[in-house]
Amino acid sequence: MDIKDVENLAKLARIELSEDEKRDLLHDMDSILGYVKQIEEMKIEDTEPEHGVRNVWREDTIEQRDFSPELIVKQFPDAQDGFLKVKKIL
Amino acid sequence: MIDLDTLTITKARVALDGKIFSAVDLAKAYLAEIEKKNKELNAYLEVYDDVLDQAKEADERIAKGDSSPLLGIPLAIKDVILIKGRKVSSASKILENYTASYDATAIIKLKKQGAVFLGRTNMDEFALGSSTENSAYGVTKNPHDTNRVPGGTSGGSAVAVASNMALASLGSDTGGSVRHPAAFCGVVGMKPTYGGVSRYGLIAAVSSFDVIGPITKTTEDAQIIFDVIKGNDILDSTSVPDNFYEKISLKKELIIGVPWDLINQEGINLEIKKNFEEVVKSFENLGYKIKDIKLPNCLALYYIINFAEVSTNLARFDGVRYGLHKDGKNLLEDYLLTKGAGFGKETRRRILLGAYVLSAGYYDAYYGKAQKARIALRKEFIELFSEVDLILTPTSPIPAWKIGEKSDPLSMYLADIFTVTANLVGVPAVSLPSGFMEIEDLAQAGKRLPLGIQLMASHGAEDLLFEIGKKFEANIAL
Repeated sequence: MDIKDVENLAKLARIELSEDEKRDLLHDMDSILGYVKQIEEMKIEDTEPEHGVRNVWREDTIEQRDFSPELIVKQFPDAQDGFLKVKKIL
Repeated sequence: MIDLDTLTITKARVALDGKIFSAVDLAKAYLAEIEKKNKELNAYLEVYDDVLDQAKEADERIAKGDSSPLLGIPLAIKDVILIKGRKVSSASKILENYTASYDATAIIKLKKQGAVFLGRTNMDEFALGSSTENSAYGVTKNPHDTNRVPGGTSGGSAVAVASNMALASLGSDTGGSVRHPAAFCGVVGMKPTYGGVSRYGLIAAVSSFDVIGPITKTTEDAQIIFDVIKGNDILDSTSVPDNFYEKISLKKELIIGVPWDLINQEGINLEIKKNFEEVVKSFENLGYKIKDIKLPNCLALYYIINFAEVSTNLARFDGVRYGLHKDGKNLLEDYLLTKGAGFGKETRRRILLGAYVLSAGYYDAYYGKAQKARIALRKEFIELFSEVDLILTPTSPIPAWKIGEKSDPLSMYLADIFTVTANLVGVPAVSLPSGFMEIEDLAQAGKRLPLGIQLMASHGAEDLLFEIGKKFEANIAL
């Protein structure tokens, strides 16, 4: 890994980093990835992904849920007439 | 005066129902302790201002002859579980002023019982860490030695119980976050089977590992809370249906598996090993059969999945709908600034690591391989539990370390070696206090550090953990 890789990952994750932190992260990530690389040596037969997969159904009925729309709207960083206001995207 | 040192939920229930003291008296006693200790220990991020009102309501119900196991019992709640109308921040700046708009399912169940919520407790930001040092609101201190960490990530919840600032508490366990601080603070911490308690209203860290669990003074208290909060929930499709796992019948002679290979390797503190060997002998004396088993070191596997899911789960904190918002020139700049300022160091590190292990060129080598290894491990465990009833290890390979001592993140990850396996496989586990160890610089002050052992059982076999836990407590003098 080099500093360009850290910058690219930060860009993908939409996180702004200072130059100092980029260097720190490069060092930490190198050592952590070096450790978890052990997984390469694990010999695993091809297993089917069966873990925890099951269908969960419910009746298609309307049920009362106790949550507060007021509290949700109140926490929008910017709102207008009860709608969430965001910056222009295109 | 209520003797908080020896008080348990069981004893408090008798006293409340017998009108020996009221729920208001009890709440006042805990508020007084919080007033005295929290400034130094920093277990609570917020103490609620309506504690006595809640207690009064409980007293009114008691006066009417109402009784339920947790009616009027003062609890601390980890700052990651939603209570409607109250702040919940996951100890992060990005959620500093966030107010929950609904109750977590576990909270609804506790409210029905009439439990009293004292406040929300400190933790590692987004439940990422092993020491509560990663909180955006300062470290929580271990009451046994305030120079040391309380363990993590539910450090505040463990300290609250260990220092009489709550009778019991809720934590959440992703890779040991309930058991690890329980061991460091000398209390009981229980991680239920994955899906045994609903995750609805629990802020997600690693969705396929997370589970809410109790931190208490006794095994019986942990059982009381677990029995209240457990159960299938329509709002959490990963919660297991009742009777999903075959009920195991209790046998006369139980076999405890001990992975000696893992325990005898380098990096395990010698005092902890000595304490553990004594515990094994005690179990033998109690009539359990000990069997040597093999367990792999699962840390690499655990952390790859942890990074991947953390990276995905935390992507939603973008400053658009709620939480911190930093204004930039355009939407992209809003994201960059908000996430840069809102997430702490360890959180940023894990998000990037997750992005790495999930990226196109490395997916197969890391995340894809880890998923396969996880399935293989689960199969291995199901087989293992046909040979043994329980698996015994120390909870942590090292005792509580000094605050700031582990600045290298990898060295802290290694402290989770015994606890992560239960989360990978989804089995229940409990950490029980197993004694103390002497530390040179503490001996003069007459202080010692608590140690803990961990027991794992097969899926859905919580009752077995409670049974053996009670026996252990009754027969082992700490």
